[in-house]
Order: sequence, then structure tokens, then C-alpha cells
Amino acid sequence: MRIRCPYCGERDNGEFSYLGDAAPRRPDGLEAQASAMHDYVYLRDNPAGEHRELWYHGAGCRSWLVVTRDTRTHTISDVSPARDVARSRRPGEAA
Amino acid sequence: MSTITLRRSEADSAPLPTGRHEAFRTASGGLIDRRRPLEFRFDGTRLSGFEGDTLASALLANGVRLVGRSFKYHRPRGILSAGSEEPNAIVELRSGARREPNTRATVAELYEGLEARSQNRWPSLRYDALAVNALAAPIFAAGFYYKTFMWPAAFWERLYEPLIRRAAGLGRAAEAPDPDTYDRAHAFCDVLVIGGGPAGLSAALAAGRSGARVILVDEDHRLGGRLLAERRAVGSRSGVDWAAATIAELESMPEVRILSRTTLFGVYDHGAYGAVERVSDHLAVPPAHAPRQRLWRITARRAVLAAGAIERPHIFGGNDRPGVMLAGAVRTYLNRYGVLPGRRVAIFTSGDDGWRTLADVAAAGGQVVAVIDSRPSVSPALRREAEAAGARVVSGGYVAGTKGSLALKAIVVVDADGSSETIACDCLAMANGWNPIVHLDSHLSRRPAWDAAIHAFVPGTLPSGMVAAGAAGGRLTLAECLETGAQVGGEAATACGFAAAPRDTLGTDPESIAHTPLWRVAKPKGKAFVDFQNDVAAADVELAHREGFRAVEHLKRYTTLGMATDQGKTSNLAGLSLMAELTGQAIPSVGTTVFRPPFTPVAIGAFAGHHRGKDFRAIRQVPSHAWCEEQGAVFVETGLWLRPAYFPKAGEADWLESVNREVDTVRSRVGICDVTTLGKIDIQGRDALALIERVCANPFGTLPVGKARYAVLLREDGFVLDDGTVARMGERHFVMTASTANAAKVMQHLEFCHQWLWPDLDVQMVSVSEQWAQYAVAGPRARDTLRGVIDPGFDIGNEAFPFLACAEVTVGGGIPARLFRISFSGELAYELAVPAAYGDAAWRAIMQAGSPHGITAYGSEALSVMRIEKGHAAGAEINGQATARDLGLGGMLAKKKDYVGRLMKERPALTDPDRPILVGFRPVDRAQRLRAGAHFLALGAGPSLAADEGFMTSVAHSPSLGHWIGLGLLRRGPERHGERVRAYDPVRDADIEVEICSPVFVDPKEEKLRV
Repeated sequence: MRIRCPYCGERDNGEFSYLGDAAPRRPDGLEAQASAMHDYVYLRDNPAGEHRELWYHGAGCRSWLVVTRDTRTHTISDVSPARDVARSRRPGEAA
Repeated sequence: MSTITLRRSEADSAPLPTGRHEAFRTASGGLIDRRRPLEFRFDGTRLSGFEGDTLASALLANGVRLVGRSFKYHRPRGILSAGSEEPNAIVELRSGARREPNTRATVAELYEGLEARSQNRWPSLRYDALAVNALAAPIFAAGFYYKTFMWPAAFWERLYEPLIRRAAGLGRAAEAPDPDTYDRAHAFCDVLVIGGGPAGLSAALAAGRSGARVILVDEDHRLGGRLLAERRAVGSRSGVDWAAATIAELESMPEVRILSRTTLFGVYDHGAYGAVERVSDHLAVPPAHAPRQRLWRITARRAVLAAGAIERPHIFGGNDRPGVMLAGAVRTYLNRYGVLPGRRVAIFTSGDDGWRTLADVAAAGGQVVAVIDSRPSVSPALRREAEAAGARVVSGGYVAGTKGSLALKAIVVVDADGSSETIACDCLAMANGWNPIVHLDSHLSRRPAWDAAIHAFVPGTLPSGMVAAGAAGGRLTLAECLETGAQVGGEAATACGFAAAPRDTLGTDPESIAHTPLWRVAKPKGKAFVDFQNDVAAADVELAHREGFRAVEHLKRYTTLGMATDQGKTSNLAGLSLMAELTGQAIPSVGTTVFRPPFTPVAIGAFAGHHRGKDFRAIRQVPSHAWCEEQGAVFVETGLWLRPAYFPKAGEADWLESVNREVDTVRSRVGICDVTTLGKIDIQGRDALALIERVCANPFGTLPVGKARYAVLLREDGFVLDDGTVARMGERHFVMTASTANAAKVMQHLEFCHQWLWPDLDVQMVSVSEQWAQYAVAGPRARDTLRGVIDPGFDIGNEAFPFLACAEVTVGGGIPARLFRISFSGELAYELAVPAAYGDAAWRAIMQAGSPHGITAYGSEALSVMRIEKGHAAGAEINGQATARDLGLGGMLAKKKDYVGRLMKERPALTDPDRPILVGFRPVDRAQRLRAGAHFLALGAGPSLAADEGFMTSVAHSPSLGHWIGLGLLRRGPERHGERVRAYDPVRDADIEVEICSPVFVDPKEEKLRV
């Protein structure tokens, strides 16, 4: 596989490590509920088709990336810095 | 072993050839170099050949037809093909450490002194005792193993498996380490052309002329493919000459790289390809500094699949007898190697293509005795050609069986009326159409499509970026190969942004590929083989059908059809066609099995490359490595790191004595230990503290500048990830350490937390593990020692620089350094960090400064002893299954902040008071040795999972106490100090009584730390 890192360009998949589904969001703060944290830690969808997932370019720029990959064909349609994705999905919110 | 020596010393048992004995070599012709004769041995017999021969062509030239015995029935087998699809001519090459089993004689290039042996025969090739298996054929039918060797189960290992292994095995692997080296390389190109036949050469030429970066790979040592095997014309030249001119043009192009002797074995996602180059397989021994093979990882924007096609055998009785060959292979041996596969050749064909063999045999001086064409009518032109050559023509008939014991002597022919006759011949050329090589385009879980026009599977939906050309794409004629090759090669280059180049228009001599395949003959006489290498006969496919194993994947596994080292290259379609007939389906409805890499076997050594033995992984050396080596340190591997374990001194009997001395010296005077291997992460920014608060489970809000604190990190699921220290060097500047083993993991975790969980935090971090050399200086005289190193003006006295202080200092006259007063050993201790380039000098300076105080260097063993004496958890305790509470760290966790793992660590099972918790252990009989890994049982309880109360995690011999001590995780451990339990270790046959105690064995009040 080849992954086009937004910072380093197209690189061999040996430079990356895989984490998994990028959908779950961590319930932050002291008021967060254990049940929500359980879902965040353990519940994952396993779709046949497009999947947004976290990869780490550990042997490159050390960026966490959100890779959109079709699990049936391995076709990668998008690679974005995880930081940008994370910031865009909670606009205006201070961490 | 030198093969040259062998020839000289043993040679003399075999009669010396007086002149050459290649009775089946033609007087002239072929692409071999007749000026360069070679000698080789087959089963000890001296034989000769020429440069350019394969082992198979040289054997045939010498009249050797019997080459091996079959897998199951030990039937005599010869040479079927002339390429990598060969199922029968499987031999052992070379000897000693280079002995290599299961090589195909058809692709092994001949070299001077080559040694080859037949396989799978005992005691000899000609008289094989196990050929009686053939008489017992009914019990060796499909599913035999499943049905016969089922019970009693105990017989399997003792009796059945050794028997089957002896009877079946395919060759013997070398028993010594491989003496050769293997290389790995990466390459990138615009257009990758797979196959160097007419289509591949045309494609490479078209792409190369446009200026694209081209890589052309071909498994043969000579490019040209079928052009080398047929007498064909391309334009005004012979096919061979056209190929030579094309190769010369390609070689003149700076952006074109030709990799011959290279098999493209796998197609991977996103334009990645695997190939293996046999750099030195054609030599007795690789030249100095050259690898035996090289594994290529090729990344291509576009690929042209021009891998060609494989000819199909006919299925009739005794079709495996030596002398029965594919017609295309017969022409290869005639035209390329100048070898007559037989003097009296019969041709069994189901299409016009097989008729080419007639003229080629005649041109080489052989006699075609008969042409059996399974089609009901034969064109008058072909019939006239046969008659002119003196060959009989049987149309609408078939070959039913063969005769001869170890080689073909005659065939039994059934004519259109059903009457049979025997025709003497020593070679049968069979032509039943060609199967495009659809393996590579099917590797990414794709399925080929059926092409009714050529009665074969062709590429279906090709992988992105790949196009097929020539025979690989179902375009079987030479004219189509040249045309489609040039077309798709040019298009591939255009797709990469290169302007199309002018194209040659080339004519060829006329060619007909009309054929009607004959999937099996009506009434075979004798065993008709489908899969030669795995000895699967047509009757086995019928049996599978009767027993319900009809789906193609079931058929494969029940009969083992297509499962041998050749992966069914000549047999898959034959098996499918039989099953289609039996089930009344069309062949495409039966489907195909899945094609997976590699296309042909690849040595594990090629995948390993240089990563063998000590080169398996890189070695990281600590900054004091040179000094440690000078002192004769014994090193230990810790991940990639090579750390000094201990420093033996003259007169010390064993490691324990050295370690005891090192510990005693630290506890009484001073010692120095290289702790550079710890992970060091520099964290800066306005929100640096906020990030640290969220990743660490204990509070840091109150940590002042100039102070360090122990840190424990949890995973989000509540278990401990790692521990270390955080030192606050400035208001917005922190240095975090992580354990040696988890340094990279912690860095990745911090990056994750920052980039993904809390991207708005204003913080930057970088690993500085490599940039700083860090040394622990520990013991009552540590301060005195460091005063001799740290520049004057820095007060490191207990008042100014108390326990857990940290500061930036300078050493050696202005070299920047960092000083931390932290202690793993429990002694008055510092860790001094200097830029890595000063690491060696700083170490030597400290040794010198400590010399008057009796300093010793200590290694990871003494470090470990002292941390066990102090009850500090390390890798054995932080094992991924322990919570902070389990490790006795529950009390320090923060209550008023959110951090990773906060909620999940409160799950009922993780707060169960029955969980094993860290405590100390000592043997009741102080003379006894403790063992890590021992499990704890109540006194009197028998060993059972239910009675298991935990296990010993770390042990050490404590010189401070004079006996063995241990740390372990024990159910309700802290409530049980003073109690005794069994430490049960069946693996090492140990079962001793131990006493539960505090995990802190030395200086429990921590008085030594703070002086």
C-alpha cells in the first residue's frame, strides 16, 4: 500500500502504523460518563466500504492522519492531518 | 563446497567422455553458445552442455528423459515444459550449505560444474522401491489422508506422519546456514512492463521512446519470450533478430532499466510490486560482494502485464510418461536450444498451433511419425504438409494411452471410428491451446473472465493502473502481441504525462490459432493425470464430484489439485473443465480458485535480505559504549539497544559476584550507570502543562520550575501504560522521560493526545532521546563526584539542590548540561544529561572525578537489583495487565482533573479488592533461590488455576540483605504481610515456601535519598 502523507508525499505503508476507526470522540472532562467512555474505548463499526481511520506516520513526520479507505478495495480517497480534522469538527470550542 | 574440486576428486569413478555425448543435440542452430561447452552432473553422472542451456535442455541433449519420481505414486517423470510452469522436472541443485530442493530444471541455467540430483526416489531413480504405491493407487485416491489416517489419534505422530513424510516429501533442504547474502532494493518508475516477450518488448519500446521511466522485468536470462522458441518473422527480420535490436535500443535509453532473471511474483495495492532477481543463481558461487538474489520492491504509476501464456496438456492415459511434452516446449528445445526431444515425434493437437511443431521437428532433423488432431477435419494444406514430411494424420482421433516403462516408447491412438492402434515414438508433443497467465492480475482478490473465443480465462477487471498486452491479455498471435504491446505501452506513458512516440508498423508471417480444446479424451487407457506435480488424476476429480466436493475451492482442497509448488499452472483449467463436465456447467460457472502471491516460489532468504543474525535489526549503542567495551563489559540487548549488563573484574567467579560488587559499591560509595536508553521528550509551549496534566494520572499543577516528579501514565482503558519523570525546566518547558522499552510508544501516545484529542493546546514536543547522553551517578559520594565535573558556580548542595531538584548547568567549562536529582537506586543520586556528542568525554570525566571516591560503573543488572531492593515497578510489573492500584500507586492518582484512563480504571473488575497487588517476597529458607514466573499457592493447596493467587514478577539476589528477594503480584497482597505461601514453578521444578513482605527491602524510610 501507498499512503499520500499531506506533509511528506506518497510513502510506503511500512512507514505508517494503524490505529483504527476515526469516528469515536473522546468524552472529555470531569463530567463525562463511564458509559460514554466505554463506548469510546471499545465500540467500533466494521464497514464494508468507505472507512475513516487513524494512521500514524511514525517513520516520517510523526503526524497522525485521518485516511479515508475503502475496506473492500483499499482505495484511499483522502488523507488529512488528524489535527485539522479534529479542529474542524468542533469549531469554536477551546480544547 | 567447491564443485570444481568434486569433479577432480570423484570424477574418476565415471568414465571420462571421449568427446561429447550429446546425442540429441542438433548439428547447428539454436541460441546456445557452442564455443562455450560446460560440464555438469546429474545423479553423479558427468554430462555436457553449452552456455545458454538450461539444465532441462542439457539433460534432453544428453538423452536423459527420466528426471524424477512423482510425489504420491513415485511414477517416473520427465520434462513437460520449457518454463517456470514445470510440474515434473523438479530437482535438487548444488550441495552442502547451498543445496536447494525443488528447483525446476527448465529454468535452472547451466553453469560449469553444476550438480543436480533427482528427488523423491529411493534407492535410485531407475529402481524406486516406493513405486509400489502405484499398485496401491486405489487407496491413494483423493481424500486418502483424510479417510485413512484418522485414528487412533496417537498413531498420527508416531507412525503415519513419518511414513507419509518419507514416502511423499519433495527434496531435502540444506542443513547448514545459507552462506550467501541476499539483497533488497526499491525502485520507482512510470511504466513497469512485466514480461520481455514480443508484447513486453513492444510495450517497453513504446513507453521508452516517449521518455517515460521504464522498468522491464523478465524471468528468463534472455529476453524475447516465445520469439526465441519459434521460427518467426517480424517485419523483414527474424523474431530473434528483432528482439535483439529492440533490446539494444532499450538498453541505449537512459530511463529504461531491464531486469532479466527477475520474476515479478506479486502485485500489491496502489502500484506496489514484488520481484525477485536471481543475481547469481546461474553461477556456482556468487562473485565477491554480490548477492545470490535481490528482492525488488517496485512502485510504478502504470503497469503493462505481458507475462504471456502457458500451454495446456491433454488428459489421457499415461500422459505423465517421460517423453510426453507440451508442443510449445518441444519447439523451444528445437529452436532455442538445438535439442531434439525425440527422434520419432508424434504430435497430438487440438488446434492449428500444434502443427507448427511438424516443420520444426523436420527442420531439426527429426521425424514426425504421426499427427493426431482431435478436430474432425484437417485442412488439406496441413494434411499435405504432414504427408510431405512422411507423417500419418489421424483426424477426429485422440491419444488414449502411452507405453514404455521409464520413457515413452509408443502411443495408443484411437481414430474417429473408435478403432485403436499403437504407434511407436519417443516423444509426444501435445497442443491443447494456451492459457493466458492471469495470476498477477488476479492477486488483488480479482477474478479472471472467460473468453469463449480462445477457450481460456483472460484478465477480468484489472488492478488500477494495470493493462494487459499480448498473450497475457488473450491476444495470442504474434501480430497481436506486437500491436497490443506497442499500443498499451504508449498509452501507459501518455497516462503518465509523456508525449506519444512514433510507432513502428511491423508485419509478421501468417499464423492461425484456431483450435477446439479437447478437455479429456473419451476413453483413456491408464491413469490420466490432471495435476502432475501433486499426482491428481482425472479419476480423483470424479471421486471428489461423487463425494460432493464440487465447489472449486472444495475440489482443490479435497484432491490437492493445484496445491503443489507449481500452484497448478498447467493443471488448474484442466481440473475446472472436468468438474464443469461432471456437473453439467460451463467452465466459467465453475469459477477459479484464488490466485495469491508468489507467482513462483521465492526463497525466504530473499525476503529476509541482509536482516539475518546480528543484522536482523539495527543496533543502538549507548554513548559510553566505547568505554564499556574497553572495560570488557558484558552487554545485553534491550530492544534495539545494546546496554552494558555488568562489568566483570579479574578474579570474579561469575556474573553474580560482579553484580554484587557493583551494588555494594553504589550503596557504600558511588557508581555510574548509562541511562541514555530512557526515552526523553522535550515539551514546550503555553499549554505544555495542560497536556502533561491530561496524559499523566498524578497531579502536576503544583510542580514548580526547577523540580521533577515521578509520573504514571495510563492507557484510556485504565491500565498503566508507562512510568517516568517529568521535570519542569522552565515555566513552559518540561522534559518527560519514559522507560527504555516504551519510549517510542509514549511519544506516539503524546502525539495522539495532542494532535487528535486536544489539537487546540498550544504545545510542541520532540523526542530528544538521541540528543542527550544521560548518566545516573548514585551513592553516598555522588555529590562529591559530580562537584569535580560540574562547572564552579553551580551549587548542588542539599540545601540549594534538594531531592527532585532539576536545573540547567554547564560541565567541563561551558558545555550545556541538565542535572536532575532523581534516584532509581534509592541512594543519593543524580542524573546528568549532556549533549550526546560529549557523552563519551563526560563519562570519562565522571569516572576520573569519582576515582578518589571509589567509583564503579554499574550495568543494567545492578540497576535492576537496586530497583527490586527498592520495590520500584518496572517492565515485568507494568505488563499491560496491571493498574496503578495493583502497583501500589493508587494513592498518588489525581482526583480533581481529567486524564487519560481516569474513568475506565474505575471499572468493577479493576477495583476488585481480590486483584493481585504488588508485594515483596523472601524465601523462608534464606538460602533458597527465587524464580520469576513462579505462581503463588496457599500452603497445602494443590496446583490448579482456581488455587492460583498470582505470580512472581521480578527476583534478584540482594547483596544488601544477603539473600534472594522478589517482587510479585499477589491476591490481596498488602493485607498479608508476614503470611507464607508456596512459590510453585513446575517449569523449573521448583516449589518453595516464601514469606510475604513489603516490596521496599532497603531503606524504607527513604533517608538515604535526601541527605
